[in-house]
Amino acid sequence: MSKVLKGSAPTDSEVILGILNNSEVVLERLYVAYFPMVLQLIINNNGSTDDAKDIYQEAIIVLYNKIKSGDFELSSKLKTFIYSVCRRLWLKRLNQMSRFDGDIKDFQDHLPVEDEVEKQTDRDLQFTKMEGALALLGEPCKTIIEDFYMHDRSMQEICERFGYTNADNAKTQKYKCLQRLKKLFFQHNQEERKI
Amino acid sequence: MNDRQLHDEIERYLNGEMSREERLAFDVLRKDNAEVGRQVNEHRQFVGLLKQYNERRELEQRLNAIHQEIDVHALKEELTDRPSWVVQLWRNHHSKISVAASIAIFAMLGTLFFTGYFAGHDSNYTQLRMQLENYKRSTDKLNRSTNALLHDIKAGKRVIEPAKFGGTGFAVSANGYVVTNYHVVNGADSVYVQDAAGESFHARVVYTEPQYDVALLRIDDSTFKSQSALPYTLKRTQSDLGEDVYTIGYPRNDVVYGKGYLSSSTGFHDDTTAYQVSIPVNPGNSGAPLLDNKGNIIGIISGKQSLMEGAAFAVKSEYLLKAIKNMPVDSANKKIVLNSKNTLASLTRAQQIKKVQNYVYQIKVYSH
Repeated sequence: MSKVLKGSAPTDSEVILGILNNSEVVLERLYVAYFPMVLQLIINNNGSTDDAKDIYQEAIIVLYNKIKSGDFELSSKLKTFIYSVCRRLWLKRLNQMSRFDGDIKDFQDHLPVEDEVEKQTDRDLQFTKMEGALALLGEPCKTIIEDFYMHDRSMQEICERFGYTNADNAKTQKYKCLQRLKKLFFQHNQEERKI
Repeated sequence: MNDRQLHDEIERYLNGEMSREERLAFDVLRKDNAEVGRQVNEHRQFVGLLKQYNERRELEQRLNAIHQEIDVHALKEELTDRPSWVVQLWRNHHSKISVAASIAIFAMLGTLFFTGYFAGHDSNYTQLRMQLENYKRSTDKLNRSTNALLHDIKAGKRVIEPAKFGGTGFAVSANGYVVTNYHVVNGADSVYVQDAAGESFHARVVYTEPQYDVALLRIDDSTFKSQSALPYTLKRTQSDLGEDVYTIGYPRNDVVYGKGYLSSSTGFHDDTTAYQVSIPVNPGNSGAPLLDNKGNIIGIISGKQSLMEGAAFAVKSEYLLKAIKNMPVDSANKKIVLNSKNTLASLTRAQQIKKVQNYVYQIKVYSH
């Protein structure tokens, strides 16, 4: 069924409802519908198809989080919103690479979306730090933390998986692992600040 | 309560695993103990971040999976803005093209300039009239206040401005006839001649022969007194190739001597009325006498070839004699009595110059 609908863009309210209900089909239709628009923007402004993928996914995540957080008001078309976020992100990227020559070729109307993009950038920074801290954590801590805090597995399951003789030992291990992770994360934070 | 126990309590509290009583007691502890409150918040945020991080990873995986399904390559072909190749070339390389174009234009103008393309007349022939201090003159003019000028005029003072053009001339008779190039005095409003001692006299152009580039001036200044007999004569016959020749002229404000040899019996573009002379000359040398070893005047320096070093040209003395003969004689213009006795022949070059330079004038031309 999703194949049949692929070609047509979902309506804006369909998208909002779909994302709120974690609909895989709606997400796919949304993604497929607006990717060409963003690809056009990026490849005609000194970007590659990979750049287009990165930028577009980031924009979809901005939209996704905005809808999930419930503060999305349908004040403009989703299409315009996505285009504006991508445009803003791409300008930022071009500036970072010093490839921006002060002239961007536009294909759509766009809105000011600086706040959304800034928020997203801050969050991305936090995630990058978390990724780094987890990578430094080592096994079995990494799996224990991921199982318990990220995949919502119970202590019982974790006990069995790692062969701890009692749940208390497992709990102690988990506690130690979390303290280590926090230390790594905040240390990382401080290092970042110094730079 | 140690850290570990507090941590467990915080987790139970945040996960809603506490009983009602425990919960109320922990709420109180949280409020009273700021450190506990801080740890609760920190833990909640940290665990929240872990969850969000996980969600983000999952979302990215989903998006990547969707992305796999799209034929990006085909889309790219379809969406690339393909303007004509000229426009594309310009877009991609406009800075380089601009620089190249500027260099090309500059090089072209430079070449044209240095080859004398802009000189208007014959490109290889440079007349040696000196263009004097144009800019200095205009600034000086502005600087001089009107009052001072009026005062000068009332007092009858002669205002001596720097000349616009300059050249060289030499006496052809003791009574004030001076010869120079036509192109030096062409277009002049007034002409002054200045001798080696620095004395200036007003002169009038009395006869010209533009085809030979010859002009005859007569000094008509009351302060001018006739000179003693000229030391040189004008040679009536052609001179031979290889003869040593020299000139003295005014390429600058002081007299300058130059030495060379006669290198061809014809001038620029095979002009039979002129010699080619290998001699250093510069703007201001126009009209200077060209003398041979014995102190005979064999020509008048008139120009040089701009692209060839050491190729100067001089009008042959026989055409000067022709011009003198052709000059109409009336009450104002007395007949020119040519000198027939050369007193230089036995002298050294330095002694010759000492004598000759008294009869060589700097020509100052004023025009508006």
